[in-house]
Amino acid sequence: MSLTSKEIETVAGLARLQLTPDEIPVYAQSLSRILGMVGQLDKAETGLVEPMAHPLAGQVQRLREDAISSGNERDLYQRNAPQVEAGLYLVPKVIE
Amino acid sequence: MTARTLAQLAAGLAARKYSSAELTQAALARVQGAQPRLNALISITAESAQAAAAVADERLAAGKAGPLTGIPMIHKDIFCTAGVLTTCGSRMLSNFVSPYDATVVARLKQAGMVMVGKANMDEFAMGSSNETSFYGPVKNPWDETRVPGGSSGGSAAAVAARLASLATATDTGGSIRQPAALCGVTGLKPTYGRVSRYGMIAFASSLDQAGVITVSAEDAALTLQAMAGFDPRDSTSVDAPVPDYRAALDAPLTGMKIGILKEFFGEGLASEVERPVREALATLVKLGAVVKEVSLPSLPLSVPTYYVVAPAECSSNLARFDGVRYGHRCAEPRDLRDLYTRSRAEGFGAEVKRRIMTGTYVLSAGYYDAYAIKAQKVRAVITDEFRRAFQDVDLLLAPTAPTVAFGLGDKTSDPITMYLNDIYTIGANLAGLPALSMPCGFAGGLPVGVQLIGPHFGEAKLLGAAHRYQQVTDWHLKTPAGFAEAFA
Repeated sequence: MSLTSKEIETVAGLARLQLTPDEIPVYAQSLSRILGMVGQLDKAETGLVEPMAHPLAGQVQRLREDAISSGNERDLYQRNAPQVEAGLYLVPKVIE
Repeated sequence: MTARTLAQLAAGLAARKYSSAELTQAALARVQGAQPRLNALISITAESAQAAAAVADERLAAGKAGPLTGIPMIHKDIFCTAGVLTTCGSRMLSNFVSPYDATVVARLKQAGMVMVGKANMDEFAMGSSNETSFYGPVKNPWDETRVPGGSSGGSAAAVAARLASLATATDTGGSIRQPAALCGVTGLKPTYGRVSRYGMIAFASSLDQAGVITVSAEDAALTLQAMAGFDPRDSTSVDAPVPDYRAALDAPLTGMKIGILKEFFGEGLASEVERPVREALATLVKLGAVVKEVSLPSLPLSVPTYYVVAPAECSSNLARFDGVRYGHRCAEPRDLRDLYTRSRAEGFGAEVKRRIMTGTYVLSAGYYDAYAIKAQKVRAVITDEFRRAFQDVDLLLAPTAPTVAFGLGDKTSDPITMYLNDIYTIGANLAGLPALSMPCGFAGGLPVGVQLIGPHFGEAKLLGAAHRYQQVTDWHLKTPAGFAEAFA
């Protein structure tokens, strides 16, 4: 298993991570190593086995009522925001 | 002088030998004194600790104290603490003051515990040596040139150095048990769903579980009692009754069937680690346990399974860090995409980026079936092998880690070498099982841990076996030379 620099750039793009030119070969090498190790899974016999996403059999994710359960904490939460104005989160212009 | 357990401190408080304010002052002095040497903490919360201790002393005076009231403790910095910096060991959250308490934090607060600080950890709990922390590595108190293990390295080092008698921790692939073993302390990872994860920063949601690192199994039982139980705010929390863990500690081991995991006693296990682990088994036999060899043939596939499942879930969970609502934001973003990609590039460290990209790759079109689905199938096979094993035995026994604590920097150059530290612990996470590591001896002056794995919701059995073992041994009471004197 060997990933090319181009594949790393694609994956980094999908993951919204900017990489420096120096980092690309480093990640290409380590991801190739990891996927090589993961390749051991190929030898496992899993014919009719159902894939398992939750460790407790029969447990289902509970849903709750779509109801208001607490007060408006906007100001409290926005204390951690990098940039807010008039209660709104600011980001660079999205639509020209 | 013997170091104090939580149970001993609680007895001392009840007998008015000292107040919570005095205990807290002593703990803060110890934490501050050890910080330059161990770097075990990210934040020290002296002011709020003193206030909490005053409240605890009032409760003690009014006769309204529980077994945890007034005891100083440390939270892993993965748990959200209202009004206190909560970094998860990352630059990304180095400016994040949590607006709310995690359920675990709220419950221990309610029990009257006094938080003295927040423990250092591998960044976003991704690591086995505490070397991926943005705040620098933690040193092992038994040998400050060595790692404490990870990801809960700060929690384990803090308890080993008796900065506090307990620290919370989390375990996704061994992050409670492996550092507990490397630091010579007791670490309990409960069953998936037993303890609420509300306010615990997510890494891999089908694996993450909150637990505790303590001096003794008795202390772990007392703490779990307060932490465990249904929480409507965590959709994976299980609505099942919480047994009386303290009461279950004294159950005799007579006839208890312990399965010894054949696959974990082969190649790769250091002989100096195997010896004390086998001696621990012999001690359990003397206490009445019956041994049976058990084989789980797919268990050696735990590591490759984990390194698909965990990165896949991590890449989804960490997508929330976008530099918009909280966390690190890059300077002067050109456009939205630049804001995302640069904020994330600057905010995350190398190991976190590696796992996000691995996860993104295995989830991407064309690879999803070959990696993600295949790993979930192998996970089902491993889980089924555990289920069948527990039809024959009460508990499984294995080493916790293949070696004793290794040197700082020894394994940072190759991710696979680092990942193999968790070879014996990952299985319990894949199957959602409770497991515990406890000290069972030393090799070259460094602690060795033995691991017990139980069936789902079998914490009482695990804690009982560990407690009986700790009644006839004193490995768990040994303290590193530089930190020998008790803090009370």
